[in-house]
Amino acid sequence: MQTILSVATDAFAYGMVLFIISIGLSMTMGLMRVVNLAHGAFAMIGGYIASYVARDLGWGYAPAIVLAVAGTILLCAPLERFLYRRIYGKPELLQVLLTIGITFCVIGITNYFFGPTLKTIPLPSVLAQPVDIGFRTLAGHRIFVIACGIAVAAALWFLIERTAFGIKLRATVDNAAMTDALGVRTPTIYAVAFSIAVGLAAFGGVIGAEFLPVEPYYALRYMVLFLVVVTVGGAGSILGTVVACLALGAIDTVGRYLMPEFGNFFFYAAVIAIVSAFPRGFFGRAQ
Amino acid sequence: MTQSAPLPATVAASFGKRHPLRDLAGFAAIILAGAAGYFLFPDNLALLTRIIAVALLVLSLDLVTGYCGVASLGQATMFGAGAYAAGFACVHGGVTEPLTLVLVGAIAGAAAGLVMGAIMLRAHGLAQLVLSIAIVQLGHEAANKFSSYTGGSDGLAGLSVSPLFGVFEFDLWGRTAYLFGLVLLVVVFALLRFVVSSPFGVLCRGIRQDPVRVKAMGASVFPVMLKMFVISGAVAGVGGALAAISTQVVGLDSISFELSANALVMLVLGGLGSLYGALIGAVIFMGFEHTVSAYNPFHWLTMVGALLVAVVLVAPGGLASLLDKVPGLGRREGGKP
Repeated sequence: MQTILSVATDAFAYGMVLFIISIGLSMTMGLMRVVNLAHGAFAMIGGYIASYVARDLGWGYAPAIVLAVAGTILLCAPLERFLYRRIYGKPELLQVLLTIGITFCVIGITNYFFGPTLKTIPLPSVLAQPVDIGFRTLAGHRIFVIACGIAVAAALWFLIERTAFGIKLRATVDNAAMTDALGVRTPTIYAVAFSIAVGLAAFGGVIGAEFLPVEPYYALRYMVLFLVVVTVGGAGSILGTVVACLALGAIDTVGRYLMPEFGNFFFYAAVIAIVSAFPRGFFGRAQ
Repeated sequence: MTQSAPLPATVAASFGKRHPLRDLAGFAAIILAGAAGYFLFPDNLALLTRIIAVALLVLSLDLVTGYCGVASLGQATMFGAGAYAAGFACVHGGVTEPLTLVLVGAIAGAAAGLVMGAIMLRAHGLAQLVLSIAIVQLGHEAANKFSSYTGGSDGLAGLSVSPLFGVFEFDLWGRTAYLFGLVLLVVVFALLRFVVSSPFGVLCRGIRQDPVRVKAMGASVFPVMLKMFVISGAVAGVGGALAAISTQVVGLDSISFELSANALVMLVLGGLGSLYGALIGAVIFMGFEHTVSAYNPFHWLTMVGALLVAVVLVAPGGLASLLDKVPGLGRREGGKP
């Protein structure tokens, strides 16, 4: 029973990390129709900034998160303006290549400046300790991650369903040309949505560093994971991404606990089965 | 790439014509380049053989991506299948004849292509891309976990290949392996020239341009594409077997996402939908990689990344599109007369 609870907590927390990072990717792919393989690179930039602030400067965890998110958004805004804007609506292959190119550049440049070592982000003592929740104790960091995941999901839901910006965003997704004709500045909508996606990637990269360690090839290694989550969930769907993250997080974590010698084997087998059965993902819309 | 789709019949008219002179010039260029490599870099023949093996992989990817329009980030599955099959046959099966090993690799690659095509062709767009990644990762995990057969992360070592035709031994300097690889490349290239200019190859191009229209004309899309996947798998399998024979070891990296992604980069660098482009891309990419990454692997990544961005923004046709300006060598795109 103890084991089941701790496996479940781990799976849930892992799923939430996947969610926070992938929901940004899901937005980019659902809204701008860009297959963005550089999303993992954004998370990696966030992780490197946080590690620098928290470990090398010693400013603490909270400033690290804030600076990582703000810094990554600032660094990546020019990318949207000068590179991504040119590939909206282009064939998928070109998008894949451009974003892989960006990923390679990010890996090369970060390692030039920070060296090819694993970067740790020290947790504050509050999160490093186990927390007593009455009938048993859980790792504080896991609870923090789960809370963050739920908060992000709720905030995004509110933003998209209940605000004026959300209305414009949904209108742009449905018909960009018509929305533009009605006077909505769609380039601005794109830029803001892209920044939100980048910020979420950086946020997830920082708080998820316990699950997905920040290392030189982070951007390539986990990019596949995020892409898989979005495909399984269906691009552009918050609910789909949540379901996909929880399902894949559970499959991966349980697989590792029960049969550690098979590693990712079950994960990818499950992915092939799911994508074959639901080619548009769980909650994807018809193209 | 997305020009107004001409009727496949008109494409057939322009492709049906064979260009024996142009083909001969192309073969002469490949053989000359190969011979030049042999005499100019006698100390780097292992690298040159590796380039040939990877060039076969890029050619196979070109068949699927350039001619059928199916973007794949998992092409190394077929390469790895060929390499491991040749490795098994040699280490566990006791087959040492190099040509037989290449045949084994081709068959295993074709089988992998059949499975991969059957899975990937069910989906479209992003889902297709993710399926290809999932398949190569699954293969990678499988090769890693069944380490009693595959050697896991240490690689499958100990291939002892008997002399070619019983005469030419695979020497320490890799001379035999290189020449063997070069001949394989030329033969495969000649076969592929035939395949892509046959009615079947033209139908594939038609499907790439407009699958709905081809279907409306009465041709069935799925079996044609699957057939191309099988051919592509056989080519990649030959490449894998060549890599296994020449290095006498099969590593986990032969069935990896990284190799697949690199192959795609090489193909686009050289030029999609052109067999020469695939060769040019492989040679340039691997040549630069060898030079620059010896200095610092991360500089190499930055450079490739910048190059990719530049190619996408400036020359989406790849380097081979520059060849179009040379009379007698250029490829014909679409239905232009």
